[in-house]
Amino acid sequence: MEEMLFYDRMQFAFTITFHYLFPQLTMGLSLIIVYFKWKYLKTQDEQYNHATHFWMKIFALNFAMGVVTGIPMEFQFGTNWAKFSELTGGIIGQTLAMEGMFSFFLESSFLGLFLFGEKLLGHKWHFVTGLLIMIGSWASGFLIIATHSWMQNPVGYEILENGKFVLNNFQALFLNPWLWPSYLHNQAASLVTSSFVVAGIGAFYILSKKNVSFGKLFLKTGVIFGLISSIIVAVPTGDLAAKNVVKYQPVTFAAMEGIFHTEKKGSEIVLIGQPDVKDKKLDNKIAVPNILSFLTYGNWDQEIQGLDQFEEDLHPTNISGLYYAYHIMVGLGTVFIGLMVISLFQLIRGKLFETKWLLWSLMFMMPFPYIANTTGWYTAELGRQPWLVYNLMRTAAGASPTVSSGNTLFTLLGFIGLYLLLGMLFLLLVGKIINKGPHHVELSTEKI
Amino acid sequence: MEFFWYVVLMGILAVYLVLDGYDFGAGIIHLFFADTEKDKKAITNAIGPFWDANEVWLIAAGGVLFFAFPTLYASSFSGFYLPLIMILWLLIFRAIGLEMRGQIHNHMWEAIWDKAFGIASLLLALFFGIALGNIVRGVNLGMVQNGVSTQEAHYFFLPLWNPTFSPQANELGIIDWFTLFLGVVSVVALTIHGANWIIYKTNSALNPKLKNLVFRLNFVLLVLVFISLGIWHFIEPKPFHNFVENPILWFFPLMTFVGIAGLFKVRSFKKDGHGFIFSTLFLVGGFASTAVSIFPNVLPSTNKVNPSLTIYNTAAHEYGLNAGLSWFFIALFLVIIYFIIQYRVFSGKMDDIGYGEH
Repeated sequence: MEEMLFYDRMQFAFTITFHYLFPQLTMGLSLIIVYFKWKYLKTQDEQYNHATHFWMKIFALNFAMGVVTGIPMEFQFGTNWAKFSELTGGIIGQTLAMEGMFSFFLESSFLGLFLFGEKLLGHKWHFVTGLLIMIGSWASGFLIIATHSWMQNPVGYEILENGKFVLNNFQALFLNPWLWPSYLHNQAASLVTSSFVVAGIGAFYILSKKNVSFGKLFLKTGVIFGLISSIIVAVPTGDLAAKNVVKYQPVTFAAMEGIFHTEKKGSEIVLIGQPDVKDKKLDNKIAVPNILSFLTYGNWDQEIQGLDQFEEDLHPTNISGLYYAYHIMVGLGTVFIGLMVISLFQLIRGKLFETKWLLWSLMFMMPFPYIANTTGWYTAELGRQPWLVYNLMRTAAGASPTVSSGNTLFTLLGFIGLYLLLGMLFLLLVGKIINKGPHHVELSTEKI
Repeated sequence: MEFFWYVVLMGILAVYLVLDGYDFGAGIIHLFFADTEKDKKAITNAIGPFWDANEVWLIAAGGVLFFAFPTLYASSFSGFYLPLIMILWLLIFRAIGLEMRGQIHNHMWEAIWDKAFGIASLLLALFFGIALGNIVRGVNLGMVQNGVSTQEAHYFFLPLWNPTFSPQANELGIIDWFTLFLGVVSVVALTIHGANWIIYKTNSALNPKLKNLVFRLNFVLLVLVFISLGIWHFIEPKPFHNFVENPILWFFPLMTFVGIAGLFKVRSFKKDGHGFIFSTLFLVGGFASTAVSIFPNVLPSTNKVNPSLTIYNTAAHEYGLNAGLSWFFIALFLVIIYFIIQYRVFSGKMDDIGYGEH
């Protein structure tokens, strides 16, 4: 049982980590693509249309990867987490079914039109199809976060005698106080990823002296979108999301911040340190007194509960993993804001395109929003452990009762093999598109 | 309410069968009958802008199953664990086959992805038939041994096969001669269906050849259908009891036979789309007849200890099912609009509008 649970968790963690690399780009990128097309409609400058086509191509590839790696997510609820599905399916099935019906049909119907229908549709309708795809992908994110939020902070339910969760308030699923801050935080974070990718490829073109005019356009667009989104990720959305954790999952918050012992007169904020779970202390810490209390409650002396205030049984299962995930996310988020502020400053001074070190930094920063997004997702998920449905259902109680560990190990290995192949193919093709450059993308003759 | 959602679920599955069915069929044709580069291109053009959206119907069916019949979803997905994960891998493999092929122009590269697409399509058609066979045959719910359940009443797990290969063994497996037979029926039916789609959507040189193929395969299909009616008795002692009680249900088997009969005229249809209509009638009729024959069961139990899973004992709670209505009709309305737009823009022969030309 232990072993099976371990493989089940590894499989879900692995498949969702890989899956989320793609939608986090496409959700944000769809907005940037719509922006390019809109600029084209306004200015009639061909460069914007070329930019639209180029990013559409990257979008399409990412979207396809997102779809094929997304189907296993829905399946796994039933295959690996049958008990969880049986007991909560009447509730979370609701939002998941809505995702299929509202988002996937919208996206898949219009993607073909968006990719191949420019000549058939004309530019205005082409813009509209792009907008519809964006709405579809943002709705998809919304319904997934709604499902996730119910697991973090269950609402609108009652539990029957046979242990089944049944819905008794449909609206509550969407009025969940956990939902909106998480959703906006998530969407802003996905915009950060796509902005950094757009800016990074722009920097690459300028540095390699290929497609320089596109490089400048991408860089400028990426920096402006990047600065706005990386600020929104922190304030207000990140701040509100953290306050939700304090309110609804105080023990998680204590572990995230690495607070082992409650400090009566205000809590310090830990910038760096390694949690020592056994001896309940932080090694090598650098901390600033009282800041955490202020950030959390707006009051310098407010007490924040440490892990010692909660029964060990309720502590998050992986305290150090949670602590690191959270700190990596916050640390990287701070770096993003800093880098984008400097970039915008140079852009305004008209020196961004010549500042070599900044261009190199922007180019090499491309993978880091992916890391920040992934660790952010880990923060939420590890924070909820050992619960599947917070405070109501343990993870161990959700696994499929009849599937043996051998089978879950077998399928885990299968997924690893298949996804390694997918990942390599993806990188190969994306590299090819980037290397060819925006001038060579001719959509009306492209094949799916 | 359960009945409503059951009809919705079956409706979505039937649409999925018809739409992704022609994708699978096109893949099988691609594997066995496309010799020239031009033929291959005609086939992939015929499904190019559609297959992605077709697959969404499967996800939609999964979603509706999950929320309306969570117990059925949980027990069947964990019970059919191995084949379902393999179906997933095949779906992924087929999709990357289609996506990757055109990306690099190299003979070997194209050959590899052609095979990936074709073989995955063939196996998927086979697996879906096997899946249907498993659902009709039923499973050992509760994993009963010697009259005692070792699991909760609705849980089970099936290995891929058992040593006896029999649908009546005590220890059932996914693949036995009965389910394999239905798999073969599915492959033949979907090959015909895919060929009809290609005839409908292209002007390729392959079309006359495909018409002959449909005509010949239709004989095979007719024979297979009669045999399957014969062997049904092994699984269900009174296979027609629902039809006897409600004669109106004979509509579905009738539809199946109208479909098969019509397909014999494939070489003389005035319009290329007619063949596709008849194979659709066959598929929908056949699928509905099968579902109706076990109704209200959705997964029969092969032991006497635990009751079969029905739409009533697996459904979600009344409130949730009612709440689902509030969004379902809006969604369905939108889906129909998208569908009409998509098929209008890409109407006509795909090679006429130059889609996918390099």
